[in-house]
Amino acid sequence: MSRSLLRSLLPVISLAVVLGATFYVQPRTMSYFGLNLMLQYAVPIALATIAQMFIITVNDLDLSIGPFVGLVGCISATLLYSNPLLGALALLLCIAAYAAVGALVHSRNLPSIVVTLGLSFVWLGIAVLILPSPGGKAPEWLKSIMALQTPFIPFPIIAAIVIGLVVQLALMHSSLGVIARGAGGNPRAMARAGWSMLKTKAAMYALAGFFGVLSGLSLLGLTTSADAHVADRYTLYSIAGVILGGGEFIGGRVSPLGAVIGALTLALAGSFLIFLRISPDWQIGAQGAILILVLALKAPLTPRDASK
Amino acid sequence: MTNIWNRLRHEPWIWSFLAAIGVWLATIAYTGGQGAGEILTAALSFATFSIIVGLGQMMVITTGPGNVDLSIPATITLAGVVAMKVMDTDSARLLLGIGAALGASFLVGVFNYGLIRLLRIPPIIATLSSSFLVLSTAISYGRGIRIKPPLPLDSFATMRILGIPLAAVFVLVLSIVLAIVIKRTLYGRAVVAIGQNPRAAWLAGINVNRTRFMTYVLSALLAGVCGILLSGFSGGAALNMGEEFLLASIAVVVIGGTSVAGGRASVPGIWGAALFMYLLVTMLNTFGASAGVRLIMTGVIIITVIVLAGGETQSK
Repeated sequence: MSRSLLRSLLPVISLAVVLGATFYVQPRTMSYFGLNLMLQYAVPIALATIAQMFIITVNDLDLSIGPFVGLVGCISATLLYSNPLLGALALLLCIAAYAAVGALVHSRNLPSIVVTLGLSFVWLGIAVLILPSPGGKAPEWLKSIMALQTPFIPFPIIAAIVIGLVVQLALMHSSLGVIARGAGGNPRAMARAGWSMLKTKAAMYALAGFFGVLSGLSLLGLTTSADAHVADRYTLYSIAGVILGGGEFIGGRVSPLGAVIGALTLALAGSFLIFLRISPDWQIGAQGAILILVLALKAPLTPRDASK
Repeated sequence: MTNIWNRLRHEPWIWSFLAAIGVWLATIAYTGGQGAGEILTAALSFATFSIIVGLGQMMVITTGPGNVDLSIPATITLAGVVAMKVMDTDSARLLLGIGAALGASFLVGVFNYGLIRLLRIPPIIATLSSSFLVLSTAISYGRGIRIKPPLPLDSFATMRILGIPLAAVFVLVLSIVLAIVIKRTLYGRAVVAIGQNPRAAWLAGINVNRTRFMTYVLSALLAGVCGILLSGFSGGAALNMGEEFLLASIAVVVIGGTSVAGGRASVPGIWGAALFMYLLVTMLNTFGASAGVRLIMTGVIIITVIVLAGGETQSK
C-alpha cells in the first residue's frame, strides 16, 4: 500500500481500533441500543467539527465555536421555544454575525485566533444574559428528532454518514469548495485569478456559523435544557477532530468525511475510557494519551520538511 | 513633544499602555478619584501572573506561525501542586520545593517539544494533548487536602513596598532580562529570525530545532514560576488555578503588539496588555455591569484593540 493511501485510511483505522477496543472491553455495547447510547453525543460534536473544518479550510482557526454552540442552545431553549419565528430570526442573525467576522478578518488582515478569542467572550456574555442559570426547554420537535429510532442502524450513525457525505460533496466537488480550498492553499494566486477572497472567507465563516447552529440545536435536543457553558470543550474537540480526520492547519487540506470520523473517534474514546474503569484522576490524561497515540501514527507517513 | 509622540506611536506596544491608562482614568473618573492608587496596586499584583506566562507564550508565538503553548494552565497547576506538596509548609524545604516544581515544568517542556519534533504533531494539538496528561498527573499527585505555602513564599508573593508588590518588581527584573536576551543574545536573535523565515534562518546556520526546543522549555519553566508564585499568593495550590491563563496568556501577547505571524516580540507590550486586561475588569465591576455585560465588553474590547493595532503590518 502506498504511503498516501495509508495516510488517508488512517482516520478509519483509528476509529475501527477504538471501536474494536470498546467492544472488547464491554461486549454489550455491540448492539443497536449500545451504539445509540455511546454515539448520540457524537452528532453535535461532529457538526461542530465540520464548522471548525470550514474555518481551517481558509487557514484560520475558530476559538469561539464552543461558546457559540452554547449560545445557540440558550437561544433555542428560550426564544425558539416561546416564539419560534423570533428564535429562528435570532439564529439567522448569529450566522450573519459569523459571516461578518469572516469579512472583518479578511478585509483588515487580522489574526483569526485573536478575533475569535474575543468573540468567544461575546458569545458567552450574550448566552449568560439570555440564560443566567442553566434551564430553559428544548422545543418538542427537536427532542423527537434526536430521539429518532431508525430501523437497523442507530440514528447517530446515519446522521454522521449523511453529514459527512453532504459536506464532502459540497466542499470537494462544488466550485465554491474548490475556490475555498484554493484560498487555503494560495490566497494570493486565487485573488489574482479573479476570485473575491472577501466573499470566499465570508461564505466559509457563514457555513461554519450554520453548522455551529446545527450543532447547538442537536445538543439541545439531547440535553433538553440549556446551559451557557455546556459546550465550552467543543472548541478543543472540534480542532482535534479535524486534525484526527487527516486535516491540516495550513494549505486548505481538509477532509469532511475524515473530520466526521475524527469526531466519532473522540466521542467513542470518551466512552471507552469510562468502560475501562480507570481512576477518574487519569480519565482526562488518558484522553490526551489516545490523542497522542493516534497522531503519532501519522508521523511516519508524513513527508519530512527539511526547513522545519 | 510631537517628536517623541511620532516615534512612540510606531512602537507596537504603545497602544496597550494607552488603553490601560484610558480604562484606569475612566474608572477613577467614575469613583471621583477614590481608590486610584489601590486599583493600580491590585492591578500590578494580579497582572504579575499573566505577565510571567505571557512572556513564555510570547517567545513561543514569536518562533513562527502555528507555534503556541496550550499546556501553560496545566503546567501552572502541576508546578503549584508539586511545590506545595514538597515544601509541606516547611520553610526549610522552600528551595527543594521550588527546585522540584521547576524540574517538573522542565520535563513538561521537554515532553511538549518531543511530541512536536519526534512525532511531528502540530504544536496546538501537541501541547493540548500533553496538557491533559499533565493535568491528570497534577490531579493524581495532589490528592487530598490543601497545603498552605510556607511563610517566606507567602510573604514574598503578597508583600508590598510603598504600594508596589514585591512580586511585580521580581517580574520586572525578569522582563528586563528577557528583553536583553531577545535583543542581544544569539538565542534571542535566533528566535526572531526563525519566526521571520525558518528556512532562511536554517540556511544561515541557525540551529532551528535547538532554538525551538529551548523556547518550549522556557515557556514551561515560566509557567512553573507562575504556579509557584500563584500558590504563594492565594494560600495554596488548587486544581483549577491555571484555567484562566489559557486565554489570558494568548490575549496579553497579541494585545501587547507581538506579531501572531511570528518574528516580532514586544516585552513592554505584555505589561501594558496585562494591566489593561485587569483594569478593564475592574472598570466594568466599578460600573456595576452584570457578568454577561462584562464578558461581552471584554470580548468587544479585545476585538477593537486588534482591529486598531493589528492589520496593516501583517504581510505574508
